[in-house]
Amino acid sequence: MTATATEPSRGLAARDDRVATRPLAARLLSRPEVGSLIAAIVIFLLFMAVAEPFRNVANVGTILYGASTIGIMAVPVALLMIGGEFDLSAGVAVTTSGLSASLLAWNFGLNVWVGILLALVVSVAIGAFNGWLLLKTGLPSFLVTLGTFFILQGVNLGVTRLLTGNVASADISDMDGFATAQKIFGSEVTLGPVNLKITVLYWVVLTVIAAYVLLRTQMGNWVFAVGGDAAAARAVGVPVRATKIGLFMAVGFCAWLSGMHLLFQFNTVQSGEGVGKEFIFIIAAVIGGCLLTGGYGSVVGASLGALIFGMTQLGINYAGWNPDWFRTFLGVMLLLATLVNMYVKRRADLR
Amino acid sequence: MSTATTERHDVVGHSNTPILELENVGKSYGNVHALRGVSLNVRQGEVTCVLGDNGAGKSTLIKIMSGLHDHTDGTMKLDGVARRFGSPRAAQASGIATVYQDLALAPLMSVWRNFFLGNELRKGPLRTLDIARMKRICEDELGKMGVVVPDLDRPVAGLSGGQRQCIAIARAIYFGARVIILDEPTAALGVKQSGVALRYIVKARDAGLGVIFITHNPHHAYLVGNHFIILKLGRVVLDAHRDDLTLEQLTTEMAGGQELAELSHELRGIDPGKVIEPGEVEHGHVEAPALSREELKAVEREDEEEPRA
Repeated sequence: MTATATEPSRGLAARDDRVATRPLAARLLSRPEVGSLIAAIVIFLLFMAVAEPFRNVANVGTILYGASTIGIMAVPVALLMIGGEFDLSAGVAVTTSGLSASLLAWNFGLNVWVGILLALVVSVAIGAFNGWLLLKTGLPSFLVTLGTFFILQGVNLGVTRLLTGNVASADISDMDGFATAQKIFGSEVTLGPVNLKITVLYWVVLTVIAAYVLLRTQMGNWVFAVGGDAAAARAVGVPVRATKIGLFMAVGFCAWLSGMHLLFQFNTVQSGEGVGKEFIFIIAAVIGGCLLTGGYGSVVGASLGALIFGMTQLGINYAGWNPDWFRTFLGVMLLLATLVNMYVKRRADLR
Repeated sequence: MSTATTERHDVVGHSNTPILELENVGKSYGNVHALRGVSLNVRQGEVTCVLGDNGAGKSTLIKIMSGLHDHTDGTMKLDGVARRFGSPRAAQASGIATVYQDLALAPLMSVWRNFFLGNELRKGPLRTLDIARMKRICEDELGKMGVVVPDLDRPVAGLSGGQRQCIAIARAIYFGARVIILDEPTAALGVKQSGVALRYIVKARDAGLGVIFITHNPHHAYLVGNHFIILKLGRVVLDAHRDDLTLEQLTTEMAGGQELAELSHELRGIDPGKVIEPGEVEHGHVEAPALSREELKAVEREDEEEPRA
C-alpha cells in the first residue's frame, strides 16, 4: 500500500537498471510464515481425505481447542525467539502458575481471585528472573532456562507434596470466586454445531495483538533488532536489556494464562505436568518460520504451527492410526517445514 | 560562517566554543590502557579528524564519545558540563550520532527498519509505526547519496558493502543533531563512493554540525579536515590545525615519521624489482623474515583492540 506513495520520489534518483522490481509472488513467498501455511494446508487436505471424523464440522471445536492450548504459548515463545532467546522453562512454568494460584488460595483460605493475581505475579517474576539472570551472567538462554526448567520442575513436585501430601493440588471448585474465574478461564460457547473453548478466543486475540506489536510498533522493531544483532541494536539506542526482559515476561504472562486454563478446566493441577511442552512451543515457532538464531520469524507462522499440531494430534486419532507414531510424525513435520522455509526463502530472495 | 573557510582566526577560532571537550580522558580494560590522557575539542561547523594506526585507540575514543563505553579517567564535557553517557541512547539524546565501523545494522531487518532503528517515527493514538513516512524519508535520504535500493523491504544483508555503508552514513547524518562521529566511513568504499562520503562530511559541516572523522587515510582526512589529531598507542601524538600542517607532514606523522625512515632503510635489501623462478614449496618452508623486537610488538598490538561489549 505504501509502494504508490513512494514511487514518484524514487524517480528523482537515477534508477539502477541492474535491479528490477521483484514480482509480488516472490515478495509473498519470502514471508516467514509461508512454509507453515503450505504445511497447514497439506495436512488439512491429508486428514480430510483419510479421516472421516475430520470432515465432521462438530470436531472443529476440538481441533481448535488442541491448537489453542499450544498456540497461547507458541506466540510469546516465537516473539522471544525472534528476540534471539529460548525459554526451555515455558512448559513447566505453566504448571507452576496453575499450582501457585491453587495452592496459595487453598492453603491460606483466600478468594480464588487473590490466588490468580498472586500466580500472575509469580509467573511474570519467573520470566523477569530468566531475563535478568541471562543478561547479568551473559550465559546463553539455553543454559539459563534449562536451569529454571529443572528448578521449577522440582519446586512443582516438592512444594505440592509438602503442602498437600499429594502430587496434585487440591480441588478448589467449592471455593469463593471459583465460578467467576471458571467463566473467564475455562468456559465455552456454542456456535451452531461447534463448541468453542474460550482458549481459542485468547489464542486468536494474542496472535493478532502480537503480530500487530511485532510488525507495526516500535517495540516490535526492537524485538527484531535485539535478535538480529544485539550489539548493533544497542549502538543505535535500542534498550536491549529492557526488550529482552520484557519478552521473557511476556512468556511468563502467557504461561499464567495457560496455567489458569489448566486449573479451571480440571479444578486441580498435576504437579508433574508440562515437561516436554516447551519443545512443542519451540517447534511450533520454528515451523512458523522463526530462526533459531533470532532476528527473523513470525507469530502468525507460530500460530499456524500450533494449528498443525492441533490437526495432527486429532487427525491421527480420527484416521484410526496408531497414536504411538504422533511424535515421529511431528519430527518429520519439523524437518520438512524448516527445509521448505529455507528453500522457499532462498528462491524468493533470488528472484 | 561563510568566510570561515579561508581564514582560521575569524568565526571558528574565537566565538565558537567547543561543544564537546575531552580533558585527559583515559580508558583501561583491566591492565590494558587503551587510551591515556587524551584531550581534544570538537567544535560545531568544523571537521575534526582523528587518525591513527590499528590499535591506536581510535575505536575506544569514539565508543566513549558515542556512549558505548564509559571512560575511566579524566572528564568529558558537553556544552561545558561534565557528562558521562550511560548508553548510546543518552548520547543520541544529546545530539550525537555515530556511524560505527561495523555499521550497526541488523542484517535480517529491512532497509527502512534499520534506518529508523531506535528513532522510529510513530503516529496516531496507538503510536503505530508511520511506515509510509519512514520509507519515503529513507528513500529520499539514500537517493541524496546516490544509492538506489529497489526494495526498501529487503533485508540489508542482501546489499553490497558500499550500499550498507551509505545507509549507515545517511542515517547518522539524518539523526545527528549537533555532532556526528564517523568511524572509518571510507574504509569499505570505492573511490567514487568515498568521494560521496567525504562530500557528505563537508555538507554536515556546512550545516553547522560538529564532525568527528576517524580514519587511517591521511589523504582523505586532509581533503576535508579543519583539525587533525593523531593517536598512537592510546596517546595523542599530534594535535594541529590545518594551517599549521601540510599533507606531506600529516602523512609522515601518520606513518610515524622517524619510523618510516627506518622502515625504508630496513627494506632496502629486498630488491623490489626482482623476479624469481617459479617454484613449489613444502608446507612450512617459507622462511619468516627476521623481525626486530619493535616489529614483533607492533604485530601483537594489531590484536589488542578491545573486544566488543
